[in-house]
Amino acid sequence: MKLMNCPVNGLRPVSEFAYWGEVRKAPDPATCSDDEWADYVFNRNGSPGVKQEWWCHTPSNTWFIAERDTEKDRVIATRLPGGDA
Amino acid sequence: MPWRLLRFGLSSKHPEPRMFTAPTELRASYDVVIIGAGGHGLAAAYYLAREHGITNVAVLEKGYIGGGNTGRNTTIIRSNYLTPEGVKFYDASVQLWQDLSEDFDLNLFYSTRGHFTLAHTDSAVRTMRWRAEVNKHYGVDSELVGPDFVKRACPSIDISCNGHAPILGALYHAPGSIARHDAVAWGYGRGACQRGVEIHQQTAVTGIEVKGGKVVGVQTSRGHIATNKVLCAVAGSTPRVTDMVGIKTPIYIHPLQAMVSEPMKPWLDHIFVSGSLHIYISQSARGELVMGASLDPYELHSTRSTLDFTEGLSAHMLDMFPFLSNVKVNRQWSGMADMTPDFAPVMGKTPVEGFYLDSGWGTWGFKATPVCGKTMAWTVAKDSPHELITGFSLDRFRNYSLTGEKGAASVGH
Repeated sequence: MKLMNCPVNGLRPVSEFAYWGEVRKAPDPATCSDDEWADYVFNRNGSPGVKQEWWCHTPSNTWFIAERDTEKDRVIATRLPGGDA
Repeated sequence: MPWRLLRFGLSSKHPEPRMFTAPTELRASYDVVIIGAGGHGLAAAYYLAREHGITNVAVLEKGYIGGGNTGRNTTIIRSNYLTPEGVKFYDASVQLWQDLSEDFDLNLFYSTRGHFTLAHTDSAVRTMRWRAEVNKHYGVDSELVGPDFVKRACPSIDISCNGHAPILGALYHAPGSIARHDAVAWGYGRGACQRGVEIHQQTAVTGIEVKGGKVVGVQTSRGHIATNKVLCAVAGSTPRVTDMVGIKTPIYIHPLQAMVSEPMKPWLDHIFVSGSLHIYISQSARGELVMGASLDPYELHSTRSTLDFTEGLSAHMLDMFPFLSNVKVNRQWSGMADMTPDFAPVMGKTPVEGFYLDSGWGTWGFKATPVCGKTMAWTVAKDSPHELITGFSLDRFRNYSLTGEKGAASVGH
């Protein structure tokens, strides 16, 4: 992967982008158990696959979500975060 | 010479003994199955056979012996860590390293060089002083030195680093060493084979059977094996294996790249590491400069190399050693590093009975090969964590009792 499609700025060199990890949902800290919270804080899905990830185009500070195959290093789609993320 | 070589090659009684026994069929069951025939897995097999008399052991390897991170690291061995758990553990490893060539009757080219971790900022100097004090407390030869000391040790270094990152001091660790990494896997593999352990290359584990919270067997690409004990020592493939038994871990995978230059006459006696410039460098017995940098910036399960890495590393290397500008890069490669949030490994027992982890070895695993083998063999044989690894248990991420080793990582923070 040498180029990435920023939803605002189009195709840009991948060196302009920062990776911020998989999109995850936080459990409600008021109601979840200690184990659920520790699981959220530390544990990750470390296996290869197609993942939804937070990325940032740093020169324009555009935050977006990329769908990427972490084994083949191929970006399938990028989009601005909607209501579901 | 050619005539003798031909006769040697065609002889029916080949005089040279094989490093490893010829592959055989898998048995129906083993006392212990080790996944991964890298340094760690083979060392565990070796100590299981040598120190615990457990020889009905199979080491299963998807690829070939030492083809993963054992053969992809930059071979640096040191024990100047930051936490008491880390210092004691890695120092036990350095002690083991020193006798390993004798143990194996195989030359590992173990070479004590002296290891400098350079500090370019006040905060780095503070961390070095902290590390030196912890190290000294546990009897590890480690001290904070000034720029003059560094310059005397290596006259070719540019102490100002081209003016933008002047070296203010360094942590000097005299026992810091390098070794021939493939030979470590071969030595442990041969020693284990001689004691009855079976090594099966080209044998992928496709599933692990768990019944009532206990391991009962392993599915492989060559058939089923019954066993009650499985040790996972697969570095960058750890999450794929933990998924097979349904264990969650904080391990995430980023590639770590490295490269070597063309061979040069010996000029670099020491090992140099700079966290600020993101580089480490040593000169191998062949004269090649072995160089590494920080982790790749995003998750990836592949061993591809990039030009960005070569360019970035070379630029920083020239800040420190400007005279290298005419030296060519010969090879570059990459390995998959299994990273943890606190830069300490994940070792020992797991919630699944009979499933043991030797993982989370990120960018710091090669130096620990002997002590990992020794402590994991103990842990598997006695079904109880060895005292040196209790600080590295998977439980620590449930109890928020992390073993913060990030300040002692070479680069990448």
